Amino acid sequence: MKSIESLRDIWVYLAASPLLHLTLTLIAYQIGSWIYRKGRLNPLLNPVLIAVGIVVSLLLLTKTSYSTYFDGAQFVHFLLGPATVALALPLYRQFETVKHSAPAILASIIAGSLTASLTAVFIVWLMGGAGDTLISIAPKSVTAPVAMGISERLGGLPSLTAVLVILTGITGAMLGPPILNLIGVKDWAARGLAIGTASHGIGTARALQVNEVAGAFSGLAMGLNALATALLLPILWRLIF
Amino acid sequence: MLFYLTIILCCQLAGELLVAATGAPVPGPVAGMVILFAGLSLNKGIPEGLAKVGDALLGHLSLLFVPAGVGVMLHLQLLATDWLPVTLALFISTALTVVVTAAIMSALGRGERSS
Repeated sequence: MKSIESLRDIWVYLAASPLLHLTLTLIAYQIGSWIYRKGRLNPLLNPVLIAVGIVVSLLLLTKTSYSTYFDGAQFVHFLLGPATVALALPLYRQFETVKHSAPAILASIIAGSLTASLTAVFIVWLMGGAGDTLISIAPKSVTAPVAMGISERLGGLPSLTAVLVILTGITGAMLGPPILNLIGVKDWAARGLAIGTASHGIGTARALQVNEVAGAFSGLAMGLNALATALLLPILWRLIF
Repeated sequence: MLFYLTIILCCQLAGELLVAATGAPVPGPVAGMVILFAGLSLNKGIPEGLAKVGDALLGHLSLLFVPAGVGVMLHLQLLATDWLPVTLALFISTALTVVVTAAIMSALGRGERSS
């Protein structure tokens, strides 16, 4: 009896410290990566999707709130900022190539940015989705911290936007390569640009694993798309609604 | 290692300050990326230690999205109602974005190379 009580004390202590949920995040991701590697990097076995599935299931089972979880996981979340800054490295390595095709890059990213926002909003509207969903999905192809800012400005739910952004990233990482093969785009620069514009950091993470040039262009596209959407979407929004 | 991690954080901090001061619609880390890029251009190269730190961060980029992704548990009800519009929007819109971006880049990029 006493040992059960002390076991419960240990659980209560651990559940209240950030260590438990930080470790849970890392273990879930390790499992996700392991399955992804075992599946020969099949994009359907996206490690983020698997890790999120594991963590959400455990939190729901143990009736743990998201804010308790985030107390631990924030240390991982924080690194998104420095990682975004570090995208300057692959960008610099490919700068000569990037400089050479600047007009083409700008044109394709702006077209991609508008396609990503407008078609998503149009489809949700057409299918009768809720207003919150409609606004929150608009910046779905933009990297999470930026998208949340845009969503807040438009009157959406930033945390819902974060989720839709992640789901978009996973969708793009899964669908992107087969679609590009289907339409016969073999150029690594164009492939990286398309993946980065459609699916931000999650697509970039995948592009970096496949090819250095694709990774650099994907990182560039993610940065420029964040810029383009943050500038264009609020203006367009005011014109449409 | 620690020196270059400090550099990266300084770039981010400078980016955040710049955005706060100018009210630019760009997020702080993206401004930080531009600042680091400018620094690399002035330096005319990537120091070895910076490459190590940066590649370590980027090597596990997907991990960093897990905490935000777990936020899905806050919106299970809304997503249960709107699952069809959301799923269709995610698949169709993301596919169209990939096609449009790649097609324009391929067409314009090819034109440049042949000229």
